[in-house]
Amino acid sequence: MTVRDVAVEAYKEALPALTASLVGGLIAGVVLGGMRAELRAVPGLLVLVPALLATRGNVYGSLGARIATALHQGLIEPRVTGGDERLRAAATAALANGVLTSTFAAVVAYFLLTFLGSRVAPLPILVGVAIVAGLLSGIVLTVVVVSVVFAGYRRGRNPDTIVGPVVTTTGDVFGILFLLIAVRTVLAVAGVF
Amino acid sequence: MPTEWTVRAITRAMLPVLLVLTLVELGSGLVLGSFEAQLLRYPSLLVLVPVTIGTAGNLGSVLAARLSTSFHLGTLSFSPRDDELAGNAVATLALAVTVFPVIGAGAWAATFLVSGDTSLALRTVVIVALSSGISLAVLAVLVTFSATYVAYRFGLDPDDVVIPVVTNVCDVLGVLVLFGVAQVLV
Repeated sequence: MTVRDVAVEAYKEALPALTASLVGGLIAGVVLGGMRAELRAVPGLLVLVPALLATRGNVYGSLGARIATALHQGLIEPRVTGGDERLRAAATAALANGVLTSTFAAVVAYFLLTFLGSRVAPLPILVGVAIVAGLLSGIVLTVVVVSVVFAGYRRGRNPDTIVGPVVTTTGDVFGILFLLIAVRTVLAVAGVF
Repeated sequence: MPTEWTVRAITRAMLPVLLVLTLVELGSGLVLGSFEAQLLRYPSLLVLVPVTIGTAGNLGSVLAARLSTSFHLGTLSFSPRDDELAGNAVATLALAVTVFPVIGAGAWAATFLVSGDTSLALRTVVIVALSSGISLAVLAVLVTFSATYVAYRFGLDPDDVVIPVVTNVCDVLGVLVLFGVAQVLV
């Protein structure tokens, strides 16, 4: 293949997915803009936002890429049987790594902001938000990634091109949405005690 | 070379990378926090933040996933004359030039619809988005090629390493480039 062939193929494959993720990114931006009350109620949350969103992208992007490569190599079949041990292990690892990393981000952000003398919410609040948001978005993203990659592959699409944008789009939208739900839940629970 | 598919093996390959990247992202979060006042003053810039970062990360991750599969299939060579590398780089730049003006217009329109805010002109937001997009595409290509090459040299599975590194570096660059451009143009 010539440079031109490769470029045209890569461009055509990526454009529809990038366009879809653009819409998701704008929605995430608007939701973030409407979350100012929660951001004010939990100082330090804004600093956490890039880390939490990136963790979704990292963990579930890697899960998707792993599945895409395995499909290319014929290691797994493009259907969910529930009994596939490899697939189950990959999904469990993704969820565990996602929650662990989110918790780590909350702890580091707390100490970093305390050290810098900035205003920061109590540690249990930040950690609670990170865990709840990590669990909820993780479950939804695992389902989305596996179904979309399998469905795309069965329809003859290259799963490589689908994974990145699907994960970033759904990761951003669900990431911010579940962050909002997690903050409200944790603040409500904290208010009871 | 590919990681074995067990929770333990995947965690051992991924978790150290994830923790390091989290520290990098927290740095980007601090930068974002320091610009909060400017973001609140120009809401269309605030809406631009996630979509610019996300699209930069997407450009990088599509490229990284394509290179990773070529690598696994054995069709990738790291010669500067490699057609696969050059073609993918050209496509990345062309994609940025296509989508970033739409992103700028979309961010302006979304802000206008939600809050009626027109503190920045449509033209300004489109130019900010396009300039950021072109810079980010060039950076995304450089970062992806370097990360894939390093993974290859160290015998690591690019699926585990390259995509997270590329997406995160693009996130951080997204914040930095957007604000660099905003300082100059806004």
